[in-house]
Amino acid sequence: MRVALMVTCINDAMFPETGRATVRLLRRLGVDVDFPTAQTCCAQPMVNTGYLDEAVPVVRTFVSAFEGYDAVVAPSGSCAGSVRHQHALVARRAADRALADGVARTAARVHELSEFLVDVLGVVDVGAYFPHRVTYHPTCHSLRMLGVADRPRRLLEAVRGLRLVDLPDAQECCGFGGTFAVKNAEVSVAMGADKARHVRDTGAEVLVAGDNSCLLHVGGLLSRQRSGVRVAHLAEVLAATEADAA
Amino acid sequence: MSATFLGTPPFPRAAAQALADTQLRHNLAHATTTIRAKRAAVVAEVDRWEELRLAGAAVKEAALLDLDTHLLRLEEQLQARGAVVHWARDAAEACAVVADVARAHGADEVVKVKSMATQEIGLNEALAAEGIAAWETDLAELIVQLGGDLPSHILVPAIHRNRAEVREIFRRSMAEVGRPAPDDLTDEPAALAAAAREHLREKFLRATVAVSGANFVVAETGTLVVVESEGNGRMCLTLPEVLVSVVGIEKVVPTFADLDPLLRLLPRSSTGERMNPYTSTWTGVTPGDGPQEVHVVLLDNGRTRALADQVGRQALRCIRCSACLNVCPVYSRTGGHAYGSAYPGPIGAILNPLMRGTGDPQTDSLPYASSLCGACFEVCPVRIDIPEVLVHLRSRVVDAHRGDAVPSAEALALRGAAAVLSDARRLGALERLSGRAGRLLERYGGRRLPGGRRGLGRLPGPGAAAWTGARDLPSPPPESFRAWWRRTGRHETSGSGT
Repeated sequence: MRVALMVTCINDAMFPETGRATVRLLRRLGVDVDFPTAQTCCAQPMVNTGYLDEAVPVVRTFVSAFEGYDAVVAPSGSCAGSVRHQHALVARRAADRALADGVARTAARVHELSEFLVDVLGVVDVGAYFPHRVTYHPTCHSLRMLGVADRPRRLLEAVRGLRLVDLPDAQECCGFGGTFAVKNAEVSVAMGADKARHVRDTGAEVLVAGDNSCLLHVGGLLSRQRSGVRVAHLAEVLAATEADAA
Repeated sequence: MSATFLGTPPFPRAAAQALADTQLRHNLAHATTTIRAKRAAVVAEVDRWEELRLAGAAVKEAALLDLDTHLLRLEEQLQARGAVVHWARDAAEACAVVADVARAHGADEVVKVKSMATQEIGLNEALAAEGIAAWETDLAELIVQLGGDLPSHILVPAIHRNRAEVREIFRRSMAEVGRPAPDDLTDEPAALAAAAREHLREKFLRATVAVSGANFVVAETGTLVVVESEGNGRMCLTLPEVLVSVVGIEKVVPTFADLDPLLRLLPRSSTGERMNPYTSTWTGVTPGDGPQEVHVVLLDNGRTRALADQVGRQALRCIRCSACLNVCPVYSRTGGHAYGSAYPGPIGAILNPLMRGTGDPQTDSLPYASSLCGACFEVCPVRIDIPEVLVHLRSRVVDAHRGDAVPSAEALALRGAAAVLSDARRLGALERLSGRAGRLLERYGGRRLPGGRRGLGRLPGPGAAAWTGARDLPSPPPESFRAWWRRTGRHETSGSGT
């Protein structure tokens, strides 16, 4: 099986440790993961702001970078969701049959990390060790667009040393929403403030989620509040081992 | 006494004002949390809820596909059963019909059943201009009307008020328009309802003309259906001699049997009840029973425009349950007034632009009033994919500005982003630049964020200021993932890659 890592532009440019953790985790599980260097972005920022024409070349780049792989793994529910649910729309806008065919082939092979681990590899215990009090925020797109359900929780529950605490109102949006965070910053922050309050109420040391975009927002609020809570991507928790802790 | 949505600023500004209203925030958080839990509990009781949703969506979809046929059938049936049918292209035509009917009977007042269509067309204001008073008889609409206020929710239009405020409004305003509130009125819900009942009863018994909407209309029988909780609707539908119903053309369903899934979906989704207390149906005129003159105004007012939009037309399936409002994290913080329409929340964010078209800055801001979290789609009883339509309408807003001589800062930013993000070499070059900045910040500046990474505080500039006003931003990492992969990753086959 030829497996490609779709690292996502935000992880590539801002959170490379998440990409490195994903590579490390997959290799530990025996997956020879490749990183097609022609990859860039899923085009969601353009699509969700309404710039469909601008999204077309980005989707073309995506399809040509990932054609030919059996599976594509993304440490992001939102970006995987964008590929699976929005690329066809962009191809229709381009009125390009070849692109639509390419999109149909690649989109179906894209898996969010927890889906890939649980459904494709069939593992729940990935051999991780993370001795911290953790709460988990299920991001909207992983939950409602992809339907990852309890996969991330099952993975976290199998991590040794990890104490998982329930997050109140977990399924409510954190308020990031892409350009929404800037175009409607006041509402975005009001939503994020409630999410941060719930996170603090859990007494957790680490807030974990499967999307660094959401964590950029909630983590930014928690940091500004000097809350003493840090954020970590699911991949980083699952990649951590006893050797790291020592 | 009447307020208007005219002049509402674009959503971000209107929302910022609403967010600062602490009473509103508190009332809304309490009300939406309560009704959300009620809905979730009664929906969970239904074994095959998803199948019921599919059935409801299918009924409405089928009706919309052949809307012209069903509407003509409806007209024929209504006329055969003694009703007068009027077609209204827009708000002004619809309001004129109602005013004409009232005038023809020498009425200077009408009693009203709660109706979204008449809110949409501004009927009360139009009638007031003709010297005809329109009395709202739904408790929450009465609160809104007496308070000189605007509705902020489809189902519970006074959701932004708490009971202490309601008591004040009743004490202050009831006397001006009829029976005063009792002197010893408390803020107990039963006492408030009793005061409203006494106040309204006089109006019910006096009125000769009633105005309603309809939740559904059945083409094959010419039957109108109103679903309500308080019984005020039934009073209006049975006591006055004349009844005028203003009905959006998308309310039609082909057959009586089509009501089945819809009448099961609606109460659970809206009030969180298994069944609503009152379901009234009437078919034309029944001699000697109920109104002896029945008018039905079939209202377009932008609905055919919405129907012409292939992605957006699904919004016309809406049965006005407001489940999407109650779960929306944006609505539950801003309330309804910020949307500048009788249709607020997620459904309003798509329905208003679909019915009005693009071009007005306030309307154009509505599709962006969402984080696209998808909670609305999840609860919608007729499966309207609201996030899909929001994204589609955003593209319509952007497309409408493609010819602008001076592109907006946002357009330039996204075009720039697209240029970088469609070419890995360009993205890599930009990351090398940001990596350099990151190395400088690592050495010389920036606060430590929780976990140890360097971070940036408040930054100037339009986008950056909006982000960093309340949120720290991590400084860029010295090395991108791409650069790390080039340097080490591709050669590693096992073990630690960091």
